[in-house]
Amino acid sequence: MPERVALTINGKRYEALEGTTVAAAIMNAGATCRTSVAQQARGPLCGMGICFECRATVNGKPHQRTCQMICENGMEVETQ
Amino acid sequence: MMQRFDIVVAGGGPAGMAAAVSAAECGKQVAIVDDNLAPGGQIWRGKDIPATAKEWQARVNTANVTYLQEARIFAQPAPAMVRAEQNGNYLDIAYQKLILATGARERFLPFPGWTLPNVLGTGGLQALVKSGLSIEGKSVVVAGSGPLLLAVAAYLRAHGAKVLAVCEQAPFLRLLTFATSLVTDREKLRQAIAYKLQMLAVPFHTSCWPVSAQGRGKLESVTLRKGNRTRTIVCDYLACGFHLVPNTELAELLGCRIADGKVAVDEWQQTSVLNVYCAGEPTGIGGVELALIEGQIAGYASAGEQDKARAFFHERANRRDFARKLEETFALDPALKELASDDTFVCRCEDVPYRALKHEDSWRAAKLHTRCGMGPCQGRICGPATEFLFGWSTGSVRPPIFPTTLSCLGATPELTELQETR
Amino acid sequence: MIATYDAVVVGAGIVGAACACELARAGMRMAIVEAEIIGGGATAAGMGHIVVMDDSPAQLALTRYAQALWNELASQLPASVEYDRCGTLWVASDEEEMREVHRKQALYTSVDISTEVLDSQALAEAEPNLRRPLPGALLVPFDAVLYPPCAAVYLVECAKLAGAVLYLGKTVTGAERGRVVLSDGTELSSAHIIHATGAGATRLMPHLPVRKRKGHLVITDRYPDFVRHQLVELGYLKSAHSIASDSVAFNVQPRRTGQLLIGSSRQYDDTGPWVDQKTVSAMLARAFDFLPPLKHLSSIRVWTGFRAATPDKLPLIGPTEDPSVFLATGHEGLGITTSLATAHLLTNHLLGRKSAIPLQPYLPERFAREVAYA
Repeated sequence: MPERVALTINGKRYEALEGTTVAAAIMNAGATCRTSVAQQARGPLCGMGICFECRATVNGKPHQRTCQMICENGMEVETQ
Repeated sequence: MMQRFDIVVAGGGPAGMAAAVSAAECGKQVAIVDDNLAPGGQIWRGKDIPATAKEWQARVNTANVTYLQEARIFAQPAPAMVRAEQNGNYLDIAYQKLILATGARERFLPFPGWTLPNVLGTGGLQALVKSGLSIEGKSVVVAGSGPLLLAVAAYLRAHGAKVLAVCEQAPFLRLLTFATSLVTDREKLRQAIAYKLQMLAVPFHTSCWPVSAQGRGKLESVTLRKGNRTRTIVCDYLACGFHLVPNTELAELLGCRIADGKVAVDEWQQTSVLNVYCAGEPTGIGGVELALIEGQIAGYASAGEQDKARAFFHERANRRDFARKLEETFALDPALKELASDDTFVCRCEDVPYRALKHEDSWRAAKLHTRCGMGPCQGRICGPATEFLFGWSTGSVRPPIFPTTLSCLGATPELTELQETR
Repeated sequence: MIATYDAVVVGAGIVGAACACELARAGMRMAIVEAEIIGGGATAAGMGHIVVMDDSPAQLALTRYAQALWNELASQLPASVEYDRCGTLWVASDEEEMREVHRKQALYTSVDISTEVLDSQALAEAEPNLRRPLPGALLVPFDAVLYPPCAAVYLVECAKLAGAVLYLGKTVTGAERGRVVLSDGTELSSAHIIHATGAGATRLMPHLPVRKRKGHLVITDRYPDFVRHQLVELGYLKSAHSIASDSVAFNVQPRRTGQLLIGSSRQYDDTGPWVDQKTVSAMLARAFDFLPPLKHLSSIRVWTGFRAATPDKLPLIGPTEDPSVFLATGHEGLGITTSLATAHLLTNHLLGRKSAIPLQPYLPERFAREVAYA
């Protein structure tokens, strides 16, 4: 039985299966990762850590590439 | 912090694994430096990897190969040394020989709505699903170009997605020629038939591409064009990528000669820089089998085992034929240059629209005057797009070739006496 | 083919662009020749800091005049120029430098430049990310920052609106005795040829006392409000002052984008464009010393550029022995700041009009009898 991990996305609590990346969790939650220079909502594009569209603030640190981070219990993710 | 190895392999995908295993089996101290969360590169990710991937992974595990994971090479702070960032710390890795197996990335072309959330690359959507995105019951349109389209469509379907259409920009005749040329390659033929059987229910269109994506806040529908007909399909996701481009940044940083967008190598997979080798997609997009062959050649050659390397030359020649056919088959239709409207953002990091770029003369002028390419992706997304749209070549590469924490950028490298007198 | 102009400016960096704009507006029939990219030389590499500096009375006069000109122009600048009157904070790291703060304040007050002394607490409140405690700083509130390549583009557009003709992508093979010859054979005939060629000035005029002085810069990702003012250590003056040795100094700028621009370095001997790890390490170490939280931020790019340095740290503005050739070069680290003032001084000189400050300290003839650098 795969473990579940609890994290918050923009203040709301979500559960993700163990091993899920933060980017996938954000998408599953129907949220977006960041707001662009021209104020557009953006989500992941390349899925391989090079486009930087999946950046969000994780545990207070901005510009984290969420497609390269695995969800951890208690993680706080905020759209940046 | 500095570590030394006989042979350092940059990239842990098929080419990197093959190179590392080959060199290690010759008795060399080898390290693989890889950016990702797990080995396998882009193509061998997740749980459903093919048997051959598991075999190579097992060989890496048993060979004397040090695996430096989640480590991103971004600079060469001193000769015969690369610097990587790993978990916020820097790692200086000294080598006698370096093998670049940095793989490829998708090519993205701008069209109205391509920046909407839930528009991803083809490999991009697959990667997200492999890393936990729930796709069961969701509707997807797969578009763009390249063998990845069918592979991703089949994968998504196997995971419960409703693939509504697969739209390849290349014309039918070229694809037919390509498919028939595969007849001589049993493995590829088997793969192609398998995809086709899985995909029988899915409409596959050629000479077809997206002209716009629509939605409020996120994707709601995609408009596709074939000839002079357009059709709008309501869907949850658009997986759109226009084939692959080599990741040549590290090679360029090290001063390797690049020809026609590929790292130039000799028969031993050695670049124009002494002691630097290159294998796999950066020498030309050719798929997994060619990457494995080139990796083994580079691994053996760098370890001084020329005879073992030579044993693979014949197969490499065959596989390179395949690579050439790939390039010809999936060449981009010039009509794709017209997709972007004046307002379409070409540079997503800095939100630079097409209108701002069309009057610039060069990549550098565009960078300086509009900020295109000056964001954290360092032109990896907009560079190939502007190269196709305007014919600009993206020019010289400086460190850091990947955004890096300032403390890692600024750390002073430890230099041995030997290096200082070089 | 020969085209005739009243004035031809060679080089469309910010200095050349400013000169072209001013000369065109003064009614001269103008041409601008740029080999590569408008604002693509030192203009693209520099910090875009508009700053009053007092290394010498002549430098103070020029930068003060220039700061006022930029302040006047500010409201007309398009958004792409990112003009931001954020002010400069000259940071003191010890009591000796704090005395320098007071000395500067007295000097600036005497020439009507607005300043304010911040004590230790006021400085900590103004810039919370600076290390504490620091003795204090001098705030120069009317200093500003902007994005230089777009400023150069704007000034060239102004020149073109006033009738100037732009020859873009053309290399000058000769520019003397009233004739400018381009690599494609085009000839421009002009009574006034202005060399605004920056660090490349000695290509066309090998005997000019202009030397390349390499600098490195680093830019971060977006961290809005991390610093609010351009922060410069008073030790910067020692770095910029020295004409012989390599040096680094703490110099951090907030861009309108929220990115931070980190400098600064000066090297004489290394004239290649490559990024030098030793210099970057030293420069960043200095920056971390003043702004400890900086070390955790993400950097996106590093680049180098070449300042045009003269032996006395003052630019070369004005006539040469060739009655048709004039100079507007040698601005070292003050090209952005003094571009507008250079343009005004030069234009007034060509038209026989009086300038707001004397041209005399910047005249090229001051080096007529100079033989070599130490």
